[in-house]
Amino acid sequence: MAAEHTSVTPAEYMAHHLTFLNHPVGGDGGFWSLNIDTLVVSLVLGFVGLGFFYWIAKGATTGVPNKRQAFVEMFFDFVDREVRDIFHHGDRHRFVAPVALTVAVWVVLMNAMDFLPADFITWITSHLGLSHFRPVPTSDVNTTFALALSVWVLMILFAIRVKGAGGFAHELVASPFGGHPVLWPVNLAFNAVEYISKPLSHSLRLFGNMYAGEILFLLLWMLASAGISYGLGGIAASVASAVIGGIAWSIFHVLIVLLQAYIFMMLTIVYIAMAHESH
Amino acid sequence: MNFNLTMIAQALSFLLFIWITVIWIWPMILVKIEARQKMIADGLAEAERGRSSLADAQKQTDKMLAEARARAHELVTQAERAANQRIEESKTQAKVEGDRLLAAARAQIEQEVQAARQQLREQVAALAVSGAEKILRREVDSRAHAEMLDRLKAQI
Repeated sequence: MAAEHTSVTPAEYMAHHLTFLNHPVGGDGGFWSLNIDTLVVSLVLGFVGLGFFYWIAKGATTGVPNKRQAFVEMFFDFVDREVRDIFHHGDRHRFVAPVALTVAVWVVLMNAMDFLPADFITWITSHLGLSHFRPVPTSDVNTTFALALSVWVLMILFAIRVKGAGGFAHELVASPFGGHPVLWPVNLAFNAVEYISKPLSHSLRLFGNMYAGEILFLLLWMLASAGISYGLGGIAASVASAVIGGIAWSIFHVLIVLLQAYIFMMLTIVYIAMAHESH
Repeated sequence: MNFNLTMIAQALSFLLFIWITVIWIWPMILVKIEARQKMIADGLAEAERGRSSLADAQKQTDKMLAEARARAHELVTQAERAANQRIEESKTQAKVEGDRLLAAARAQIEQEVQAARQQLREQVAALAVSGAEKILRREVDSRAHAEMLDRLKAQI
């Protein structure tokens, strides 16, 4: 593995790891293509994570729970408590809380793919004949935008359902500054900024954190591989930097992975709850 | 950052996962948790009821015990009083009976004394008469002197 990478420049190494396994579907590629790695990993993780919850829920007892069930119920209760604290507009169990659980489970698992050594993954996938493979779906901007825009659409749908199309339109032009016709353009501009910034901040925050985490791992390993050509001392320094730096960043990254998933879930709840509030 | 069809596919995956969670996973777990919450709440209420009924029973027992104790005390007192009374009665009765017997004995003694005296009187009278007969050496007409003899008897 090391011999492979000493022959490539650091820029090539980075570029290799930051290229998706892209497959064009009709046309000349561009927009009409799929990132197969992102799709496969995210779908597998979604089915594994939700499958685990389904499996436990199916065998769950109302009596004394075993430890697996206790874990699932703790996670469930954690999400439910967050939703209960934010969402006060009807039965949260019908839609909002399940959405929050979906987001939490899925995003945590997708973020956690960052803990797998990228070189190890690509070593396996290259033997399967794949030219590129990025294992972290949330460091693909397509994933984070898909989630954020879905939440955004849900937010607008809920706003229209709760206030009616007229009420929603009225809110666009009349809040937050007032209903006077002179203020309509100002209100509209204000709301436009808000409606554009919400999905942007929602998706880019997660994407940026995960992308940066991935790059930092790549930099650490690249630094490690750089020492190999400088004899025994160089190899020792490489191993030390890879091990110490890798462990330090991994531990810190555990926090980022969980925190970003938590923030993404909270923003999802908050946006949907805000759609229910009328001004 | 290049957007492509992956975004649409991921959005569809997201909606699929949301649907799965809304339809199955969330309600399944919620039902179990709420059933357990209800079971625990019921159990606690039941225990509370049991505790309060136990306290009630204890109170009732205490009351009954106190009543029984009071009743027993009352009975003992009553019995003691009755016994004392009976003893007093017996004593009085015995005394009365004794007095009666004593009086009867006394009367009998008196009677016997009188009888003895009477007999003695008659014997003395007979002795006196026979003495007088002997002294006078002649027959005293007892019928003629009966009055005198009677008088004599009374004087003795």
